[in-house]
This record gives sequence, C-alpha cells and structure tokens, in this order.
Amino acid sequence: MSLKSTLCAATALSLITASGAFADGHSATITIATVNNGDMIRMQGYTDQFTAETGIAVEWVTLEENVLRQRVTTDITTNGGQFDIMTIGMYETPIWGANDWLVPLNDLSAEYDVDDILPAMRNGLSYDGTLYAAPFYGESSMVMYRTDLMEAAGLEMPDAPTWQFIREAAAAMDDPANEINGICLRGKAGWGEGGAFITVTGNSFGARWFDEEWNAQFDQPEWADALNFYVNLMNDYGPEGYATNGFNENLSLFNQGKCGMWIDATVAASFVTGDDSTVADSVGFALAPNAEGVEKRANWLWAWALAIPAGTQQEAEAKQFIEWATGKEYIELVAANEGWANVPPGARTSLYETPEYQEVPFAQMTLDSINAADPTNPTVDPVPYVGIQFVAIPEFAGMATEVSQEFSAAYAGQQTVEEALAKAQAITNEVMEAAGYR
Amino acid sequence: MATKASRSAARLMMAPAVILLLGWMLVPLIMTLWFSFRVYLPLRGGDQGWAGFDNYTRFVSSSAFWPSIQTTLVIVLGVLAITVIFGTLIALLLDQPIWGQGIVRILVIAPFFVMPTVSALVWKNMFMDPINGLFSHISRFFGAEPVNWLSGRGIDWTINLYFTSFDLEVTMGVFSIIMIVSWQWLPFAALILLTAVQSLDSEQLEAAEMDGAPVHKRFWYIILPHLGRAITIVILIQTIFLLSIFAEIFVTTGGAFDTRTLSYLIFQRVLESQNIGLGSAGGVYAIILANIIAIFLMRIVGKNLD
Amino acid sequence: MARSVTPRRKLLNTTIAWAIGLLIFFPILWTILTSFKSEAQAIASPPIFLGFDWTLENYRVVMERSDYARFLWNSIIIAGLSTVLGCIIAIPAAWSMAFVPSRRTKDILLWMLSTKMLPAVGVLYPIYLIFIELGLLDSRAGLVVVLMLINLPIIVWMLYTYFKEIPGEILEAARMDGATLRQELIYVLTPMAIPGIASTLLLNFILAWNEAFWTLNLTAVNAAPLTAFIASYSSPEGLFFAKLSAASTMAIAPILILGWFSQKQLVRGLTFGAVK
Repeated sequence: MSLKSTLCAATALSLITASGAFADGHSATITIATVNNGDMIRMQGYTDQFTAETGIAVEWVTLEENVLRQRVTTDITTNGGQFDIMTIGMYETPIWGANDWLVPLNDLSAEYDVDDILPAMRNGLSYDGTLYAAPFYGESSMVMYRTDLMEAAGLEMPDAPTWQFIREAAAAMDDPANEINGICLRGKAGWGEGGAFITVTGNSFGARWFDEEWNAQFDQPEWADALNFYVNLMNDYGPEGYATNGFNENLSLFNQGKCGMWIDATVAASFVTGDDSTVADSVGFALAPNAEGVEKRANWLWAWALAIPAGTQQEAEAKQFIEWATGKEYIELVAANEGWANVPPGARTSLYETPEYQEVPFAQMTLDSINAADPTNPTVDPVPYVGIQFVAIPEFAGMATEVSQEFSAAYAGQQTVEEALAKAQAITNEVMEAAGYR
Repeated sequence: MATKASRSAARLMMAPAVILLLGWMLVPLIMTLWFSFRVYLPLRGGDQGWAGFDNYTRFVSSSAFWPSIQTTLVIVLGVLAITVIFGTLIALLLDQPIWGQGIVRILVIAPFFVMPTVSALVWKNMFMDPINGLFSHISRFFGAEPVNWLSGRGIDWTINLYFTSFDLEVTMGVFSIIMIVSWQWLPFAALILLTAVQSLDSEQLEAAEMDGAPVHKRFWYIILPHLGRAITIVILIQTIFLLSIFAEIFVTTGGAFDTRTLSYLIFQRVLESQNIGLGSAGGVYAIILANIIAIFLMRIVGKNLD
Repeated sequence: MARSVTPRRKLLNTTIAWAIGLLIFFPILWTILTSFKSEAQAIASPPIFLGFDWTLENYRVVMERSDYARFLWNSIIIAGLSTVLGCIIAIPAAWSMAFVPSRRTKDILLWMLSTKMLPAVGVLYPIYLIFIELGLLDSRAGLVVVLMLINLPIIVWMLYTYFKEIPGEILEAARMDGATLRQELIYVLTPMAIPGIASTLLLNFILAWNEAFWTLNLTAVNAAPLTAFIASYSSPEGLFFAKLSAASTMAIAPILILGWFSQKQLVRGLTFGAVK
C-alpha cells in the first residue's frame, strides 16, 4: 500500500507546486529572449538598474544564436506568446513586420529620439516605413589587421583596399613557423556565418544571388571568380580547418595573435582591442575590400534589435525596456562604467558625434563601413531583393544554409568549387520553384 | 495460470500505458500526416491549402535525401560496431580480477551521465578544434599536421556486395560524430555486456581451458554465444536512440560535410526552411524507415527475447 | 565467471583496465580541470595539465550570470516526476505483460519501443500548437508529461524483463493463500521487484535529465532546466572554453554524483533481460 500511495501523493503534490509556480507571474515581469553575445550579457548586468527605476522585473532567456533563432521563430509563427521582447536581426524584422507579428514602434517617446537612429539601421529594421525593432547595436564588416606585422612586411594598408592587395598582404604576413596565418575568414556553414561572408564577397566581385526574374546566378562567372579567389586565398594563407571557423573561432585566433588580417563584423573591433586580446595595441582598421573595378565592397549590414511580438500582455512595459536599453542614457551608463570603447556601437548618430567616442580608434571606420552598405542596392547588377548578406525573403535562411554547407564542403576540399556552385544553383532554383517565384 | 478474471484485470492494468502511448503516437502522427499534405509555410501566413503528394515527391527528389539516408545508416552502424566490439572487450576485461575494480567501473560508466549537448560542445571545442583543441596540440607535439576532425576529407571505401558495388565516402565529420556518440554509448554497452559475462558459467569455461582450447576458440564457441542475447539487446536499445541523434550534429557541424542524417534533414526543412509541409512529409518517411528497422530488429530480437 | 589468476596476470589486467578507464574518463576530467583555469590558460599552447593558477572565477561568473539553482531545481523536478509518473503507469502494464501474457504481448512491447524512433523535430510544430492550446508552454507539468511519454516504452520494457524473472510459483502460492490481486501486487511482487524498479528509476532519471530537444523548445523561464542553462554558454563571443567548462561541470555534476553513488543498483538492474 505504502509505496504506491506515497508516490501518488508526492506526484500530486509536486504537480500542484509545479503548476503554482507558473501561475504567479505578476503583472510587472517581462521575459526577454536574447543571444549570448557580449553586449547583451553586459546589458543583463545592468538590468537591476532598469528594475530599480521602473519597478518592472526582467526575466532573461539567453541562448546561443542558432538555438535562439529556432526558439523565437517557432514561438512567433505559432503565436506562442512566450516572450515579451525578442532579440532579432535585420533579416527577420521586415519579414515578421510584414506579417503583422510585431508591435510597430511608431509611438516611442520624444526623449528616445527615434530620428537619432542611424538611417541605414532604421531602414533595415522597418517595413513599409514603419520601425518594427529598435537596434541595440549595429554592424557592418571591415578589415582588421596587425599594424606590427604590416610594418614588418613593409606594406601599408590603404583605407580602402582591394582583394588583390589583401592577398598580397596575406602572403607577406603569412608565417607558418610562428603560427601566424596571413588571413582569417569565416568558412563555417550557416547562412549567418560563412554564408553571410561569401555573399558579400560575391557582391564585391560583381556577383548576385538572383537576377531580376529570381533565377539563381551561381552559374555566372562572377560567382566562380569570387569563390575561387576565396578558396585559393584561404588555402594558401588561411588557418588550418578554416571551413569550420565562424566569428567566434576567428575572434579567438586573432586575439591569440594568429592572424595577420581578419575581415569580419565591425563589433569585433572592441574585442580585438580589449582585455582578452594579446594584440590589442597593434590593430588597424580599413574598409572591406572589393575586386578591382567593382564598385561594391564586401560590406554587410546587420543589427541585433529588440522587437515586441504582437499579442504580448506587457506591451507598455516592453516598450519601456526597449527605450531604456536602446536609448542614449544606456550608452552613457555603459560609457561611465566600462569606458567608451565598450558601448554598443553602430545604432545612433549621436554616438558618433560624441567627442569622447570619436577618439575610440575604430569609431570612424565603423561608421564609414556602415554608411558604405546599402541594403536596397546591394549588388552591381540590379536585383529584385533587399538585403546585402542575405535576401529578405522567408525562404532564404533555409536555402542559404544549404548553399553554404556546399561551399564549406568545397573549402574543406571535399568537392571542387565547380561542383559546389552547381549544387548551389540546383538547391536555389529548386527552392524558388517550390515557393512559386519562377 | 491466467484465469478469465486476471486476464481482464491485466487488460485494465495495461490500459493506461497503452492508451497514453497510443495517444502520444497517434495525435502527432495524424497531425504530421495532415500537415504533410498541406502547403504549410509559417512565414508566408501558415496553411495555404492542399498540396497533394507534392511534399512527398519533393522531399525524395531533393539531392539531400539519399545521402541523408546513407549518413543515417553509416552513423548508426558505425556506432553499433564500435560500442559492441569495445563494449565486449571492456566487459571481458572488467570481469577479470583487478585492483580497484569499483573505481574503474565508475570511470567507464561516467560518459553515460553526460548530456549530449555538453559532450558535443566539449569534444568539438576542447578536443577537435584544429587550433586550440587538445588533439591538435598532441599532433603538433609529435610534429604532425593537426587533423581537421570536423571538416577533413575522410576515407573512401568501395563496397562490393555480390550483386552490386558502390563507393562509400565517410568524411571526417561523420567519423567524428561516430566517435562522439560512441563515447557516450560505450558505457551502456559495456555494462550490459558485463552483466552477461558475469552470469557465464565459469565451470564450463574452465573445463574448456583444461581441455586446452585456445583463447580465441573459447571466446568464439563459449563466450560469444552466451553474449548473443545481450548484444541483441544493446543493438535494439541503441538503435532506437541513435536514429534520432540530433544535438551531436547540431553542435558540431550543423549538418555540413555530409553529416546530415534524415532527422537532421527534417530539422532543416521544418525549422531552418520553415516549410512544415515538406518537413512533415520527411517525418512520414522517417516513420517508415523507423518501422522497417523496427520490423527488422523484431525479427532478430523476437527470437532472442523468449 | 571471475577466477583466480596469477598476481602478474592480475597486475597486467589492472594496468590495462585502469588505462582504458582513465582514457574514457579523460574528456570529463579535462572539462573539470579546464573549469578551474583562466580563459587564457584554457587555450594555452602547449596545454597545461595541472600546473595552472587554479581559480574559481569561472564559477563566480556563471553563478552571477544565471540563476543556476532554478535550472537545477527544474531539472530535478522534471526528471524526477516524469520518471516516477512513468513508473506508476508502467508497473501495472509491465506486471500484466509479464504474468498474464497473451499472444500479442510481445507485439505491443515492440510497438511501444518503435514509438521512440519517431524523429522529435518532425512533431515539434504539432506538439507546440497543442501546448499552446492547453496552456502548457513553459510549464513543468507539460514537460513532465512529455518526458514521461518519451521514456515510458523503456520503463515498461525494463520492468517487464524484471517481472518476467520473478518465478510464477511464488505468485501461485500467494494466490492459494487467498491473496487478492492487490495484495499480491503490493506484498509479494513489489518487494521482489524493488531492485529492478530502482534501476529503472535511475536509468530513466538519467535519460530525462539529459533530454535536450523538448526541454529546450518547450520552455522559456519557469520550467527551463539545465539543458537551457548550457545553451547560454555554448559559443558566445570571445574566449569561452573555461566558462563553458564551468557551466558544463555544473550541469553534469549532480547526475554524475548521483550515478556514481548508485552505480551498483544501476549496474545490477541494467540487464534489460539480457541475462537469463
């Protein structure tokens, strides 16, 4: 008798306590899903101040980027209502906004000064002229290089290098005996990882994903040029196993002094000049390169932004948080506590007008890079889509991940560049036909 | 011994488990079936009407389909082979009188307690990383080129069956995943096999030894037949779990380098491409595959279970 | 079948066994060691085995950043309740299968196991929609039910194999003495089945603890267990080996300790009917 009934009682009791636990969510708690990037983790540290100011408690759900995407996408498409604020990017925002899944941010307070948001960011996070997500930080891509190694090689980095110069510099700095790779670039599969990088590289060689009739363009010579150039560059002067390197892997390589150059997100600048870096004192910055004679550079445009899912019960509180986290005061708060180099960059015009910030070594190059990116006109030849390192259609994430997996297999030497491009062409056309574009 | 009363009582007692599992199986199954015939695109406004068999044909005609079946089978069979072979060896070793047997058993059993996500993260970053991983330090110490554990080229085999022959390429990525998963499941296999070895009648073995039967003959004719049942159990249980491995692939390669299994392909269709209809059709195929394997296993296990 | 062997042979066996044991355990040991290093030393080349500056900094950072106690508590509740609930449902089923077998018993058993082969991601959307309907998202109750259902086939099967090993004569004798079905179950069967039930509970507790698909996708805050805790430490920006190691150690330590203390029960029960 005793065992079973005890178990039953225990179960019943715990189920009651378990259900009690989620019933007590009092009105002033908001739940925020976010990515585990450095700036967000820093923001979590300051949440107490927000709670003290407003009385609104904040619950954080911090997830790794891939898990976060899958989690918030499931929730928004099913109207699950798990989060009051979601951290999303420039790719998701216009698509979700078009579906009316996000609360329009068109009634933010005057102090928030929405016009202060950098125009490129504001455009990228709007749909039909309405802002749907507020940028927490924004980024483009740029060249980060070791000034000491460049000097030793007798070269000088121009402010706007070409790919040909990048290759020359990589050759000059490459030093396998001392574990220094001439250049480190992303090769990891995934549309937001290596996929983003190879897409902007393609743009800078005059390639594009689609022509104006949505026909895939991977069979065009520009793509072959871009991919061959990348593969040769990386095979000659890149690190071992670069086909699995993403942002984080390259960041840690660069910080360990194992890269002569690294072309990646502008936000990396504060890390490579920060405490964790062994080369902090000798990093220079330049615009992302282009192929000779091509007007587009390998600049992307991205923002991690805060958005409110439609249907949340805590819309007012969520807006209050967004104004706090993406406003001017938060920037000043971080600057006061951790120095200007550590404030979230790339979101506000006023930041780049602050004299203290202008002294930060990477500030001007970050702004120039962001301004060099034009999502509505990303390629040399005209395209039917918006977005630079992505194509702002719902089908893109899935197919670009598959395409980048084929490319990564080519980087790893498991297939040739031609095979990878042929597969990319087939995958893309297959998806576009299924989706009814062609 | 079964009376009519106890028979109906038995049915009654079985009912909750059967009904619950039936519900757990049928409700999602019916929903999956329903979705698989729909054009269901959450990012394009959800359910957009009938698709007929489009999702089914599209899923199979995709260039990723057959390679994913192959990868699934290679990973499952690879892990089974490694865990059964090494599990048997470890079981035989642990059965011998050794000092500190309890502690060795604790060491061997430990990987089984580690979450798949954690073990994948640890292996990928701290061991297989081509620059900072421990393996690369070791190869550099011996003056060798570090191995690209996840992206390396791997091995080509030509497999000759009596009616056909085909090329099987096992990339380093697949190999690494087999290694990680084998590490997690080796303790399970070793422990079940150890229980079986320990139940072996030692007199029989000693008699054979007296008769001068060499070690390999004793193993082949006495030990192995005795372990047959345990090995079948190991294969059955592990297959069930291995068909649905996910975290190990998600964390390490994200499906690149030929590591896309069928369940990973479905994940890509459902979550990355946000095409529920297509993914559901893939789910139906996975159910069919699982049932083929289940029937196949039942044939073997069924004999051994009585 | 353990026999006496020469000391030399025993020494040899011991050496090999320890070498293999340490080799298998090494990744966990390395993770634990790395968790006490600074981030810089965690990636030092050549790697430092023991002679580093031991620090608790990583644990401090992890504790500060996330509410470890809540994740841990959720893991315990979810894994524990789903296992117990599963056993309550499975014991009668396994009992009747073992003692009142019919022609279809084995088919039912194998069918139950085959439900485990369905790819979870294929039914993510259906389950998510059902959970929204029932208001079960991010609730422990919902996860308890899902994990119970996932592990139920294994529980039924394990219990079935133990029950089958209990000789039927004892039951007959009890029945002769006029024991009712309930008395039979509680006073005769249960004591004999305790070791089997214990190891079933243990194994399924481990499986539920380590489940990382549903626990991640159906939770946000209130019900998030340690698998979600880990997801916030995998591949962040910057150096992370040491912090990841600390978080990993914290995620696996409770179950590792439980497993080690109860490994005798677990091993004794881990036969799945493999031994007759």
